[in-house]
Amino acid sequence: MSKVHVTTSVNGDEVEFLADPRETLLDCLRDHIGLTGSKEGCGTGDCGACSVTLDGTLVCSCLVLGVEADGKRVETIEGMADGAELHPLQRKFIEHAALQCGFCTPGILVAAKKLLETNPNPTEEEVRYWLAGNLCRCTGYDKIIRAVMDAAAELRQEAA
Amino acid sequence: MVAINLWSSLTRFTDGARVVEVEAETVGGALDGLVAAHPGLAPIIEAGVSVVVDGEIAPNRHAQLPEGAEVVLMQRLKGG
Amino acid sequence: MAKDEFKEFKLVGTRPDRPDGLDKVTGRARYGADISAPGMLWAAVLRSPHAHARIVKIDTSKAEALTGVKAVITRADFPTGLTGEDWNLQENTMAGERALYDGHAVAAVAATSKLRAEEAVRLIEVEYEVLPHVIDVDDAIKPDAPVIREGAADATVPEGMPPNVVRYMEFGRGDVEAGFAEADLVMEKTYKTEATHQGYIEPHACMGQLGADGKGEMWVCTQGQWFIRKMCTAVLGLETAQLRVTPSEIGGGFGGKTTIFMEPLSLALSKKAGGKPVKLVMSRSDVLRATGPTASASMDVKIGMKKDGTITGARAEFRMQGGAFPGSPVDMALYCAFAPYKLTNVEHVGYDVLANRPKCAAYRAPGSPMGAFAVESLLDEMCRELDVDPLDMRLKNAVREGDTASYGPKYGSIGLVETLEATKAHPNLSIPLGPNQGRGIAAGYWFNHNGETSVSMAISEDGTAQVSVGTPDIGGSRASIALMTAETLGIPYEDVRVNVVETGALGVNEPTHGSRATFASGKAAVIAAGHAITEMCKRAANEWGIDPEAVEWVDGAAQPAGDNAGKFPPMSIAEIAGKMGSTGGPISGHHESVPEGVGASFGCHVVDVEVDPETGRTTILRYLVVQDAGRAIHPAYVEGQYQGGAAQGIGWALNEAYIYGDDGRLQNTVFLDYRVPVASDLPMIDTVIVEVPNPGHPYGVRGVGETGITPPLPAIANAIQEATGARLCELPMSPPKVLAAIKAKGG
Repeated sequence: MSKVHVTTSVNGDEVEFLADPRETLLDCLRDHIGLTGSKEGCGTGDCGACSVTLDGTLVCSCLVLGVEADGKRVETIEGMADGAELHPLQRKFIEHAALQCGFCTPGILVAAKKLLETNPNPTEEEVRYWLAGNLCRCTGYDKIIRAVMDAAAELRQEAA
Repeated sequence: MVAINLWSSLTRFTDGARVVEVEAETVGGALDGLVAAHPGLAPIIEAGVSVVVDGEIAPNRHAQLPEGAEVVLMQRLKGG
Repeated sequence: MAKDEFKEFKLVGTRPDRPDGLDKVTGRARYGADISAPGMLWAAVLRSPHAHARIVKIDTSKAEALTGVKAVITRADFPTGLTGEDWNLQENTMAGERALYDGHAVAAVAATSKLRAEEAVRLIEVEYEVLPHVIDVDDAIKPDAPVIREGAADATVPEGMPPNVVRYMEFGRGDVEAGFAEADLVMEKTYKTEATHQGYIEPHACMGQLGADGKGEMWVCTQGQWFIRKMCTAVLGLETAQLRVTPSEIGGGFGGKTTIFMEPLSLALSKKAGGKPVKLVMSRSDVLRATGPTASASMDVKIGMKKDGTITGARAEFRMQGGAFPGSPVDMALYCAFAPYKLTNVEHVGYDVLANRPKCAAYRAPGSPMGAFAVESLLDEMCRELDVDPLDMRLKNAVREGDTASYGPKYGSIGLVETLEATKAHPNLSIPLGPNQGRGIAAGYWFNHNGETSVSMAISEDGTAQVSVGTPDIGGSRASIALMTAETLGIPYEDVRVNVVETGALGVNEPTHGSRATFASGKAAVIAAGHAITEMCKRAANEWGIDPEAVEWVDGAAQPAGDNAGKFPPMSIAEIAGKMGSTGGPISGHHESVPEGVGASFGCHVVDVEVDPETGRTTILRYLVVQDAGRAIHPAYVEGQYQGGAAQGIGWALNEAYIYGDDGRLQNTVFLDYRVPVASDLPMIDTVIVEVPNPGHPYGVRGVGETGITPPLPAIANAIQEATGARLCELPMSPPKVLAAIKAKGG
């Protein structure tokens, strides 16, 4: 199948690649532009390990075709820190030991960042339901939820 | 002499004995002694067993057997 | 060893940031599928759609003719003549004469792209002769069941047993019949648990390269790089040392990544393709159909109890299928089933049975959760019948140091009584419950495995230290090993770097399994650091011109041991290290052993549930894990093990199961249908770390990783009975089953 030329913005940088029309955005991020931070845990949109934002919308990049990213803005885990400065969520995940194997962590961080942009003061229940599409098999979610709540509190103080 | 406690389905190979006494100073010697006394045990020993000496899994065949030690043969322990 | 002796520690017991934290929150950490190489090919695997079928013919010509296809392999490309477990591994990697389960690999392709490899796989034509299959363990053990494999039984199986029984065991002591005769209440029940998958979020992935000279390289997500090396070379008939295996970061394992499933395929394809590296990544449905899962079980338990709760006799007969190969954890299930209790009369019988399912792998405390489900459920029912408090009953019968374990040997130092007492004291037990709510309690046990261990540590020129370990870091073991090494050397935590290294860098190591990494690699690192300290004391002694015996190591520096030794200011590790080139060369330490002194861990869980009487849906309201850690080196990651184990157990109890159709095909091969607990299913999971130090470890460590998955299964069943009056004896306790049980009792 002949490939399609895709021009897109990834973490603020202009990126071009040739995509087979059958390839997912996740395949393109990982295999064509070398951004392997987004993970494939299922390929069916059930685990959330591939979470990215596409023009600001939280999506499973395994359910988006690479060609659909043409002309759009993609944000991935690799763009979450501001240079050497970690996003408060990233810091809080380390502080709270909110990861064990770390494989689901990039997707959870991307999803949690979107949550806090949408709702800066979520309840525990709101965090749990927002992250219900991001599977973690190691932690039982306890420390993840605490880290997100703590990061939210810190961000609110900064905003105030 | 050291008394080796077997699991009970091994009694098929030991003429019904649950405890077999052998002359041995090491874990390896005890296993060799077991097989010498009851050759039918050979494939089971060769397939791998854990030897528990006084409550502790013996680290190797050269481990010494203290006088009067409690020796229990178990199927090989593993974990996830 | 008293707990007070541990007061002096500066680092052990603290909660610093994990050394690999930054890599893992920025997406930089490299997992199995995250590496590529120049000239790399992609592999895809063709899998059997049948549960049991003879492979009549495989025609690969169309696939081979496709542009970009560089190699196609079938079983014909593997060496012959293997025996025992090596043959099992080879047969599971690629089917021979017959496909033994839905998902069994039958051919594999390497091509220039992933899509091309997948296209080529679809062009392979396989002619199957479908054979009768069997899935359920109780069906598989019937005398007239389809025979999975002739001659698979080992020497433990007496003549005349059904053909799919491949291992048989009996053990115990005393006289159980006399024990039952002594009892005021004797109860007997049958329990069933379905297979579940470890469910690590990272699918198996590797990149293998093998030349015509028999030298190879592999990058792979695994719990044990030496196991990968040994198994791959055995299956392919290679010399072990010629394969170098580098472990990637690992996205969860839980026992499922202690063995091989598809790794040799990448090597065989690479060799056939002229030595180009070949990347092979499983899909989620490959993972569910063809890797992992644990065994399914059918279990009869009979227990006798006096009115005061004393257990007088206990008998368990467990039947477990572990797929089409020997190796279900029926032995371990039996060892753990009655492990918390002091018993004079106890009898165990176990059958390992073949069925047309994938080859089971270890799953966190293999076997123990099933055994606990049966035993702890029955004990709870008996406590209700006799109106005995379930915690008091467990305390009354609890094993202590010096007691003979149900499975044979005597216990060393253990912390079951302390764990039960800490449970009893917890405020969760006095929270009042509402209608349709119930509280369940259960205990659980797991061993701590030692295993071959090799660790090397070296002092750098500036006095910092590097530690090379062979146990992949799945849940923070770099942090705990760095803490222990830094504590021993008397230097800051940040001055220690722990590296998980490839097979060329150390002697043989068993995987991170059996709750052993922090125990075994940690103990070896402490001993290795001790060797380096001895050498550094010698270097200082030489400088000072005094006897090395007269030098002691305090707070990261050598100093004379008392005034008689001489008066010299302390010489720091940085000073000694800075001069090491001119004082005798590199300073390092290493340790190789199968470490003695393992410390087993008991746990007790308390769960509060609410059951919706209209739908049968169970909600976990609160959850408490109390477990003996010996000594928590990094308490946050110990809590993490407790919480993660509980969550997996909750999934097993309520949702997770392998569902097969009548055709023997697995029906739930994606996470939507194989539903693991999600964040909104669970409450916070409370933890209490009990510390009864293990005298066999320099810092008192016990293995903590596995016990936590064991109590949730029965604890939730016990809670559901209290909430509804209905007793569930089969897992999972999904809403339809709970509803049916409520209706059956007329509720």
